[in-house]
Amino acid sequence: MTNTELKIKANEVRKGIIEGVHSAKAGHPGGSLSAADMFTFLYFEEMNIDPKDPKKKDRDRFVLSKGHTAPGLYSALANRGYFPVEDLKTLRHLGSYLQGHPCMQETPGVDMSSGSLGQGISAAVGMALAAKLDGSDYRVFTLLGDGELQEGQVWEASMFAGAKGLDNLVVIVDNNGLQIDGKVEDVCSVYPIADKFKAFNFETVEINGHDFTEIREAMQKARQTKGKPTAIIMKTIKGKGVSFMEGQAGWHGKAPNDEEFAIAMADLDKIAEQISVSE
Amino acid sequence: MADVKKIATRESYGNALAECGKDFPDLVVLDADLAGATKTGIFQKAFPDRHIDCGIAECNMTGIAAGLSTCGKIPFISSFAMFAAGRNFEQVRNSIGYPHLNVKIGATHAGITVGEDGATHQCNEDVALMRTIPGMTVIVPSDDVEAKAAVRAAIEMEGPVYLRFGRAAVPVINDRPDYKFEIGKGVTLKEGNDVTIIASGICVDSALQAAEKLAADGISAEVINIHTIKPLDEELVIASAKKTGKVVTVEEHSVIGGLGGAVCEVLSEKAPTPVLRIGVQDRFGESGPAGELVKKYGLDGEGVYNSVKAFI
Repeated sequence: MTNTELKIKANEVRKGIIEGVHSAKAGHPGGSLSAADMFTFLYFEEMNIDPKDPKKKDRDRFVLSKGHTAPGLYSALANRGYFPVEDLKTLRHLGSYLQGHPCMQETPGVDMSSGSLGQGISAAVGMALAAKLDGSDYRVFTLLGDGELQEGQVWEASMFAGAKGLDNLVVIVDNNGLQIDGKVEDVCSVYPIADKFKAFNFETVEINGHDFTEIREAMQKARQTKGKPTAIIMKTIKGKGVSFMEGQAGWHGKAPNDEEFAIAMADLDKIAEQISVSE
Repeated sequence: MADVKKIATRESYGNALAECGKDFPDLVVLDADLAGATKTGIFQKAFPDRHIDCGIAECNMTGIAAGLSTCGKIPFISSFAMFAAGRNFEQVRNSIGYPHLNVKIGATHAGITVGEDGATHQCNEDVALMRTIPGMTVIVPSDDVEAKAAVRAAIEMEGPVYLRFGRAAVPVINDRPDYKFEIGKGVTLKEGNDVTIIASGICVDSALQAAEKLAADGISAEVINIHTIKPLDEELVIASAKKTGKVVTVEEHSVIGGLGGAVCEVLSEKAPTPVLRIGVQDRFGESGPAGELVKKYGLDGEGVYNSVKAFI
């Protein structure tokens, strides 16, 4: 896909996030929107997957370690054809297969249940290890929040992945700079992030997480890196794409009301127009 | 009794893994720097490529096992019960229990028979913790024969299983041709009419000894080995309680939430019966030789005999 096509898709993914969270009257739009470009790149460009065969044995795997941004993952999966986009509106409703946090038994395309921070990366490491044990060449991607790096298990998992040289593992950090209680550096600084992963024997790449050229180059570097895992640390804007959510910690885990929903969708429509005009 | 064969169930665990390694090519064993103590080293020797030492990081080991299982492996994670069930509780609950993954937890050094290491390492709460996780099977084998059978049965079933093994050598009590192990099925070892003694793990032997002494006093005790705490063999427990009218539970675990708790839950709802729970009372353990601790906490044959006598 060209960058323009990816931008259009990412905007659709963002709309799906807003639709879902608005309908649920709950959920986590901020971190879903900041990672929307990465979700889009993974599911529309990078990963070897088949929406018609979600359990395909040799598929690439994705673990959403920051499981609260399930609306972003669900929207990417729906837009990619795993299930109807219309169903995003059932997010968090009683009886829906779109649980508040990812549930692998319920949702087609979800490779691992997650939501308790720090645990997803370990599962991703286990999948990468399974590929090595079996001599398979599938790859494993996992997305973490920057606040999530405060969980000790992240570093247990990173130490193992680095020590065992799991070069089929890509750890992506969504560095939107905000967590529930405020800025990550004020709550309990996680910086410097890249140096930490380097010390754990990772190849590291620092990029703008909203620039598809940079995302593409980072993924290429990860694919070419042998003998160690790669960490992609992407600077992002929490709430990206929705004017009143951008850079606001308050929109970490809050749903827009009807009025805010209308503004958000108008914001995204405007972005869609700009994409078609500029390209 | 001096010539009774004694084997620690952790030893049985290691041997069973090594034996099953040939039959189950997807079996992989994970440890957290305790391969010598948990006896997974026996498996490691036979299948070095399928033994993964995760270092001292039990929570990560649990997540790795979850990931491995989603890719078709049958992982066993091994550590002391304190860490496998205690430190790890939330990882087991969310990364294994909630997605109902095919991970087996081999927890060794459970209970007070850890001995000299003392309270920090004597986990008397693991069965209670694991039992509350939906879909988790919980097995507490009583000896070498049962431990080995339990490991194989756990591999053969789909879904998470918690297996509890001990550090200290214990008598082999199930070495008989008609022994059959079935997950969820209790075993009546001795029929009786006056009182039912339901035991698990190393306390099954104590229950048998107590029953012998009770018989000498003219008291007929029924002895049931409940190796599977969950799912509990409710039918057997209820039938025996109805027959004898008095139930005693014996376990090397807190009296809160383990075998005693499970038996009381089912009887209070389905066949109200007076129950005495023998086990570790609401307290922490302490350092000392395993055998002396078992005596001090009243879990040996003599202790169980005295408690049952006072109860009936």
